[in-house]
Amino acid sequence: MDNNHHHQEESFWRKYIFSVDHKIIGLQYGVTSLLFLLFGFCLMMVMRWQLAYPEEAVPIVGKLLGDGGILLPEIYNSLGAMHGTIMIFLGIVPLAVGAFGNYFVPLQIGAPDMAFPKLNMASYWSYFIGGVIMIASFFSPEGAARSGWTSYPPLADIETGQTMWLIGMVFLITSSLLGSINIITTVVQLRAPGLTWMRLPFFVWSQFITAFLLVMAFPPLEAAAVLQLMDRVVGTSFFLPSGLVVSGEVLNVSGGGSPLLWQHLFWFLAHPEVYVLILPGMGIVAEVLANNSRKPLWGYKSLVYSITFLGFMSFIVWAHHMFITGMGSTMSSFFQTTTMIISIPSIIILSAFFITLWGGSIRFNTPMLFALAFLPMFGIGGLTGLPLGFAAADIHLHDTYYVIAHFHYVVAPGTIFAMFAGIYYWYPKMTGRKMSDLLGKLHFWPSLIFMNGVFMPMFIQGLAGVSRRLWDGGLQYAHASGTLQWNEFMSISAWLLGLAQIPFIINIFYSMKNGEKVDRNPWGSTTLEWVAPSPPLPHVNFDSIPEVHRDPYEYSIPGRKRDFTPQTEPKKG
Amino acid sequence: MEIPYTVEERPDTGLINSKLGIWLFLASEVMLFGGLFSAYVFLRLGAPDGAFHEWGQELNVPLATLNTLILISSSVTMVMSWASLKMNDFKKFKMYMGITLLCSVGFLVIKYIEYTSKFHHGIFPSTNTFMAIYFTLTGLHGLHIIGGMIVNGFLMGPGSKMWKTEPEHFTNRIEIAGLYWHFVDLVWIFLFPVLYLL
Repeated sequence: MDNNHHHQEESFWRKYIFSVDHKIIGLQYGVTSLLFLLFGFCLMMVMRWQLAYPEEAVPIVGKLLGDGGILLPEIYNSLGAMHGTIMIFLGIVPLAVGAFGNYFVPLQIGAPDMAFPKLNMASYWSYFIGGVIMIASFFSPEGAARSGWTSYPPLADIETGQTMWLIGMVFLITSSLLGSINIITTVVQLRAPGLTWMRLPFFVWSQFITAFLLVMAFPPLEAAAVLQLMDRVVGTSFFLPSGLVVSGEVLNVSGGGSPLLWQHLFWFLAHPEVYVLILPGMGIVAEVLANNSRKPLWGYKSLVYSITFLGFMSFIVWAHHMFITGMGSTMSSFFQTTTMIISIPSIIILSAFFITLWGGSIRFNTPMLFALAFLPMFGIGGLTGLPLGFAAADIHLHDTYYVIAHFHYVVAPGTIFAMFAGIYYWYPKMTGRKMSDLLGKLHFWPSLIFMNGVFMPMFIQGLAGVSRRLWDGGLQYAHASGTLQWNEFMSISAWLLGLAQIPFIINIFYSMKNGEKVDRNPWGSTTLEWVAPSPPLPHVNFDSIPEVHRDPYEYSIPGRKRDFTPQTEPKKG
Repeated sequence: MEIPYTVEERPDTGLINSKLGIWLFLASEVMLFGGLFSAYVFLRLGAPDGAFHEWGQELNVPLATLNTLILISSSVTMVMSWASLKMNDFKKFKMYMGITLLCSVGFLVIKYIEYTSKFHHGIFPSTNTFMAIYFTLTGLHGLHIIGGMIVNGFLMGPGSKMWKTEPEHFTNRIEIAGLYWHFVDLVWIFLFPVLYLL
């Protein structure tokens, strides 16, 4: 097939809906996952009403809830479980890997497309079906899942709504699997001539490691999902112990199973999953930081080794989520040791990012602001994780709002800010126009303030011992009473955070038509994606396959005419 | 512009894309069955002493031995079908692929006989945790057999037209399908002693 053939013949459906072009699939992933992120955020905004004003009728959406608009406990549980599920499996992972990975990995390695374009399409549609099943579960007679995103049995085995959740998860796992096999093969096989492993941009490394985590960690969850499905549909007792009493009656099953088995299988996925959530964010931040501080990324090699080590270690820390299950102190000591070890590479990465800024001539544009905010926010999230990694401290903090605050700092002002940075940074590549800087700043500053308004007080509540997943936010507990006044503050912050996203949404549409027109390389960047036209050519990306002669971040090299040297520029002599 | 290295190998990695892809897929499959095998270990350790052995007496060892032989033979014929293509003998390819498919049908028929006889004796997945993991593991393995049959059936039927236009690409496809088929075979080699003999 020659190039011209592509340019003329494709019908609308082939071009935009059932496309095999990695850029269109990346955009499909991006739009769908951003909508899911918004939806998952809306669920949380409803939950925050109940926490701020318990048992008062919810405004605006109250009619949908029935019962005079009050958020009932069972619906609250559904919203909580689905908020987690949607944000992680339908929002961040597809945005970080499906959208950014799909769109920019082939561009950054100088490839015409992903290695398996049809699998790529199948991956998106599998994700889409999984998403539809998850959304549809809200309207099914049983309602949506109510057992938390972790779906711990025995509750998840007997509570309604879980079956659709499990079926949806099987589709989402399949999607991730296809996508990550594709990314690994693409990086190994389709690098442009001259692009050796140590010349790969850090973003590509982060996607490469992430893809390995997805390939190796998701299947055990699939196994666990199959077992739970068997428990629910066929009546097996994989996760049901003998003599389990439900509502005053002994459950009529064979028994002999173990709820702990689920936790092991689940966290064997879900801890690597945590790194799946953060590594692509680190990759994006690295690109934006190097570009906007006009300096080479500090310690590139140690960053690469750190992220590889991080990926490997993430497979042997999972049971630090299970310190209070009674699995024994030997196990606890082992897993708290590995947990402390895994914090070392994270700290190396964060330090290298900070040192990159040192002595740079920093440009404070919108992507840079988000990338800069990522650093302290991820720092807070990471450091507050250390007490949770110690078994002794975890006994007090486990399942409190402290945990919620900790991982939200990592994922919300951490990863999501990195995603925003990526969108503002690469928007010109995708559309040929820059996003408005004014609207960008109107988006950034309130988001930063209100993010902290939402999550910082949770540390206070958590240290006081307030449990997560309480419908009334802890009203009936004496130890919570000193911290409950924060609930209203956090809720108002959350709603204002919602309003703060409006400039972003406007910006996306406004800049498509009215943004400043730009050429191929508006940020003066060195990596390969900026050699391609903006937007890159359908199906082939580049005018001709680029040749690589240099390291990824040659910024401000003394004695050169410009303060950046693209990777494609031949070395003299 | 076509995607490179679909037919010829990339010089520095020595791989075609699809071969790397299938190995990654198989790695994930190892993790999937690995998860289920560790569930087996976990449940066996949690069960009363000797209970798993006792519950396992219900299984039909001779039939399963026959099935093991059938599946190993099908793996051999799968290799032969690929080797025939390498030697440019399309007719033999069809014959060996046909035998592979027949073997897989035979495997499923025997599995069906085993399942129904259990049901007739009132043994179901819900009977005890051994039967639960037995039905789950063999059922999932059976689904993998069916998946392999669909792929092999396609490659023997409509997919084989490719032999005329791109013989090398087609031979690669048979090799990839073969790798998957050997994996499914290998899973059974683990399942058989673990479920039937221990």
